[in-house]
Amino acid sequence: MEKENFTISVYTENNIGLLNRISAIFLKRHINLDSMTASQSEIKDVFRFTIAVKVTEEQVQKIVGQIEKQIEVIRAFYHKEEEIIYQETALFKVASKLLFEERQIQNVIKNSHANIVTVTPEFFVLEKTGRRREVDALYHKLEPYGLMQFTRSGRIAVTKEKLHISTILEKFTTETV
Amino acid sequence: METQTQSIKKERTVRKERITGAEAVIRCLLAEGVDLIYGYPGGAIMPVYDELYKFQDQLHHVLTRHEQGATHAAQGYARTSGKVGVAIATSGPGATNFVTGIADAQIDSTPMVCITGQVGSHLLGSDAFQETDIIGISTPITKWNHQVTKAEDIPEILAKAFYIARSGRPGPVLIDITKDAQFGELDFEYTKCKGIRSYIPVPETDPKSLEKAAAMINAAKKPMIVFGQGVILGEAEEELQNFIQKSGIPAAWTILGLSALPTAHPLNVGMVGMHGNYGPNKLTNECDLLLAIGMRFDDRVTGNLETYAKQAKIVHFEIDPAEVNKNVKVDVAVMGNVKDTLAKILPSVAANSHTSWVQKFKDYDTIEFEKVIKNDLYPTQDGLSMGEVLREINEETKGDAIIVSDVGQHQMIACRYAAFTTTKSNVTSGGLGTMGFALPAAIGAKMGAPEREVVAIIGDGGYQMTIQELGTIFQTKVPVKIVVLNNDFLGMVRQWQQLFFDKRYASTEMVNPDFVTIAQGYHIAAKRVTKRKDLQEAIAEMIASKEPYFLEVCVEKENNVFPMIPTGASVSDIRLE
Repeated sequence: MEKENFTISVYTENNIGLLNRISAIFLKRHINLDSMTASQSEIKDVFRFTIAVKVTEEQVQKIVGQIEKQIEVIRAFYHKEEEIIYQETALFKVASKLLFEERQIQNVIKNSHANIVTVTPEFFVLEKTGRRREVDALYHKLEPYGLMQFTRSGRIAVTKEKLHISTILEKFTTETV
Repeated sequence: METQTQSIKKERTVRKERITGAEAVIRCLLAEGVDLIYGYPGGAIMPVYDELYKFQDQLHHVLTRHEQGATHAAQGYARTSGKVGVAIATSGPGATNFVTGIADAQIDSTPMVCITGQVGSHLLGSDAFQETDIIGISTPITKWNHQVTKAEDIPEILAKAFYIARSGRPGPVLIDITKDAQFGELDFEYTKCKGIRSYIPVPETDPKSLEKAAAMINAAKKPMIVFGQGVILGEAEEELQNFIQKSGIPAAWTILGLSALPTAHPLNVGMVGMHGNYGPNKLTNECDLLLAIGMRFDDRVTGNLETYAKQAKIVHFEIDPAEVNKNVKVDVAVMGNVKDTLAKILPSVAANSHTSWVQKFKDYDTIEFEKVIKNDLYPTQDGLSMGEVLREINEETKGDAIIVSDVGQHQMIACRYAAFTTTKSNVTSGGLGTMGFALPAAIGAKMGAPEREVVAIIGDGGYQMTIQELGTIFQTKVPVKIVVLNNDFLGMVRQWQQLFFDKRYASTEMVNPDFVTIAQGYHIAAKRVTKRKDLQEAIAEMIASKEPYFLEVCVEKENNVFPMIPTGASVSDIRLE
């Protein structure tokens, strides 16, 4: 089975230690994550992890099973690229003098649809949000001029399909034990 | 009427009262029906021990000689009583000594709550004396863990701990309580946990899966069952027997499924796996339908997955969704507690007898008896065999004892040959293979089932890993019977060295102490047997004793355990010699 890029969405309680519990599932299988982000979800007090990983579908199924097995995980899903809308953000710190010394750089910035976040006499900061290949393209264009700093966020994604987390939670509150 | 918070369902039981966190720990245990715990005191857990002193008439604490012993004793207790085992220790080394027992309970699905003390919350992260990150350490080996830093959180967290440990597929839970949370005060009110919104202990059974499975069972010509500990944990022994009885399907067991079905049952066809029986291993690759009931296709059961039961349809009766298709792809998964699903499927299963198919198992049995079993149980050479010791124990106990085994050759012999009439009678470290498990587990096993005879079968290697628990036996006078099968070798490793490493016996030969003298040092009655003529009488004397008893049997040094599926080989390539 071929390795593919998968995005895993994990809805969880907001508990200390859960990040460790989830990352341990990958560590145990010697799988390196492409990225992992965690944030508040659309539901109050419910957190959402977005994990990007390149594995086989069989592997991702097992991983999601193990994640979902954790007590404080409400639900976990895996998605293929075409099932999600996903973005990542990158920041480029570039020396301001290059704007004057390297005239081409101005065109690169213009064509990249990147935002200028700040400008000082010493440096300026570009922010680029998009898919990995768009960020990579800008990186490769700016890199020859010299980057003072570069950083990229993990992937964040929403699915095209509904995930029905609220329904699961409502079912728990209304069900009589 | 239940009260509900946002994420936890509770049942109100006790009225509010101002007490310390340490006292709350004890009150929580009492509210959960705990009357026996295993542990070892130390600095960061002293407030709780102080309360244990005050509550000693209601809550009995057994002082083991090492924290690892406390976890194994709690496991033994849980395995024979069906209740949650509880172990308690201090921070730092006390907590890290719990690790092996917790890992063992995790892989063998044993319900256990471990409580550890922790340095004061103001010291967390400062590398304080006896501070260790036990939450970080225990995360991959617990079903759930949590650190409590406030006294008022203790009741809710302990209620969750017990609920999680015992519900669904059971497992170990660790609760780490800082010293200030033990000293702090709270308004105590205990409400048992009845549900957690992010946790589904028992998945719903799809009626279609039952229909499909029933159709496959009724169509099968050569079906076989492999059942595991899920039957025991789900208390589904009767449902399993009814199912076997009606369907006429031969049933084999995994090492942890042992004792769920009486040894003498005509359709009990023995153990699967590396040192299992010849028939069920061979016929795994010949059956047309494999019914996996409460088992998880461990690699020691399946051998090479590429050649495991490829010709068969497979139905998996399982409580844990993560186990389905984990190692073996199945055709139908019947989710739920096997007690429930086996009862539900029974009316749709046609009565059958599968006479000629069952005969195949018997034919393989005959071959195995001639080639292996006869010489194991009735050896003709001078040296004593492990098998004949088990045979004598069976005769003396009428197959009604709880057998606690350690890990290695003696374990395989014990599981192959011990006879059982009653469930929850086989206590062994299956998944983790923890040498040193048996002696402390036997203490817990006996306390969990005080009316039963408990015989620990241990090798000379594993015995010395937790030999200090003789002190616990001496102090508590718990009447366990200890049999050390001494071959002066780490026998299983030596067997592999002989078979796969050209007899290079690297560090497997043991120069052993005088075990009888050691037991006597703890004032435990002790005997050594070296000759066949003395064996029966010694075992009879041991079983007749009302007190702890130690028996060393010096067995043949270089006997091997067969049958055997070499690592990486197919189950049908099982070797008889």
